Amino acid sequence: MEKDKFMLGGKEFHSRFILGSGKYNVELIKAAIGQAGAEIITLAVRRANSSGAGNILNFIPEGTTLLPNTSGARDAGEAVRIARLSRELGCGDFVKVEIMRDSKYLLPDNQETVKATELLVKEGFVVLPYMYPDLNTARDLVQAGAAAVMPLAAPIGSNKGLATKEFIQILIDEIDLPIIVDAGIGRPSQACEVMEMGAAAVMANTAIATAGDIPQMALAFGKAIEAGRAAYLSGLGRVRESGGEASSPVTGFLRD
Amino acid sequence: MEKKRKGNFSPMEYQEGMEQVSSDILGKVMAARGSYQPEGYTGQEVERALQAQNRTQEDFAALLSPAAEPFLEEMAKAAWAETKKHFGNSVYLFTPIYISNYCGNHCVYCGFNCQNRIHRMKLQYGEIEKEMAAIAASGLEEILILTGESRTQSDVAYIGEACKAARKFFKMVGLEVYPMNTADYRYLRECGADYVTVFQETYDPGRYGELHLAGAKRVFPYRFHAQERALLGGMRGVAFGALLGLSDFRRDAFATGMHAYYIQRKYPYAEISFSCPRLRPVTAASAEDGNEDGSAAAKWEGEHEVTERQLLQVMCAYRLFMPYAGMTISTRERAQFRDHVVGMAATKISAGVSTGIGTHSEEIEGQGDSQFEIEDSRGVQEVAAAIRAQGLQPVMNDYVYV
Repeated sequence: MEKDKFMLGGKEFHSRFILGSGKYNVELIKAAIGQAGAEIITLAVRRANSSGAGNILNFIPEGTTLLPNTSGARDAGEAVRIARLSRELGCGDFVKVEIMRDSKYLLPDNQETVKATELLVKEGFVVLPYMYPDLNTARDLVQAGAAAVMPLAAPIGSNKGLATKEFIQILIDEIDLPIIVDAGIGRPSQACEVMEMGAAAVMANTAIATAGDIPQMALAFGKAIEAGRAAYLSGLGRVRESGGEASSPVTGFLRD
Repeated sequence: MEKKRKGNFSPMEYQEGMEQVSSDILGKVMAARGSYQPEGYTGQEVERALQAQNRTQEDFAALLSPAAEPFLEEMAKAAWAETKKHFGNSVYLFTPIYISNYCGNHCVYCGFNCQNRIHRMKLQYGEIEKEMAAIAASGLEEILILTGESRTQSDVAYIGEACKAARKFFKMVGLEVYPMNTADYRYLRECGADYVTVFQETYDPGRYGELHLAGAKRVFPYRFHAQERALLGGMRGVAFGALLGLSDFRRDAFATGMHAYYIQRKYPYAEISFSCPRLRPVTAASAEDGNEDGSAAAKWEGEHEVTERQLLQVMCAYRLFMPYAGMTISTRERAQFRDHVVGMAATKISAGVSTGIGTHSEEIEGQGDSQFEIEDSRGVQEVAAAIRAQGLQPVMNDYVYV
């Protein structure tokens, strides 16, 4: 486990937990990062755009890698402009592309996401696209030069868990980039499960932001993600389809 | 469009220059409102609505009904959980700026109405900037520009200049002005406006005609379709509101929710929000003299008074029906009520409010009278502190202009 590292945009990470920074008091960000053992934190560029004391950037500890997102963008052009602004604000070259044309479920627009990924990769960004888990889109994102693929487990903020489990498994099996499961994970046990499936990392925000004790829940997620990863690396034990070992095997008629 | 007209034309009749968009939403909302019988719901239907995962129109109707009144505590708890899920503990702050109080309408309940002899005033361009600079110094990053509804005194170009000025000082610019055509909205979007609020006041067309006696505002469908034209003009968001108490508040709140619902279905990218003003009882003193304390409170008493409990019921019903929608709590409400409903149902609160003209900057001579009396006169820091005391975080801006 000590050697288990995770490469993203040429950087090496040991934690596989990407923490969100929205929806809870900025004063708690530092404690949450500490408890989670997280090395990457996402933030909305629109929240870093504030000139006042509430600017979220003031609350993120040194040494943490920022993963700014383009939330608020409705098409590829807007996502590109927000990414450029993010770079100007000093948030670095990582960018999580989020493009939504739906204010109700906030589901990502896969087509525009592919377009934005192509454009941003050309501008030297390390692009992590948030997407609806579709294999063809994921392949297009690989072609476009994405650094990882971030499929959703369930609608953002819903805490509904692995609603798209089968499709995430297909991406894990077929795509050579890291698959980072983002959005909808509501409990540490679900984060653990998706890590057991072979996801490279998990991103969570609302599940932690809506918990009673935010740093404590960040700790729980961190441990669950580590446990799931260890289980994946060790190779999960077999699962019997029905009860115990069959006493009269179906191949029992064979003579040799 | 601006000529003072007597109320001798039908409120359903478009006037010259008013664009007609092709839309079936008015018919749908009127049908929904027409068939809504608030008295027909039972506690069992309210309980089912509370437990539902995705709430339907019928659930919304039940939550607004008198049968839901005994469930207010449960509704508040459910609303709180939804607000938290969608907005976390963020509460957005803004303030309105009234740049003109000239008005060409005769709305019998309003302090700005053209029959009221109040001190009319309109800020000049330089004064708008001074006011905005004074507001920005308080730390706010979102502003809502308001005018009385006079297209001659505050024309689109004038409002456009105000938007351009606002862009210099603020990250987010809202408009609450008279309804206009798509091309006008497109121009104001180019000038820097982000969202448009239009109150339908009441969705009861008959009552609407009785209350809006003259002026462009008398035209019910033109006002109704304003949000749609604003979105067609490129605005990012639109806000809806009925002035609760003008007619049966349950049916008006139901129509408001359905209006927002159909707009969201047709324009899924639109950011939807609600405002929740209610008519406040007119005090004897202000009823005697429209200019008491510099306020032009109308000499008008509503017949359908809405209590604080009922207002909260409406807000919770909006939240449970459209959990992702923004919601603004009015300055007409008392501070303690406002402090408790943010985070529970409301997501946005004004601070440092004055509804008069030219009252933010000390450099402006003479001031225009205000539209209504505010109940919460706290400044930005005070409101921010109250939000923090509730375990919530005041957010000045969550928006990037692209």
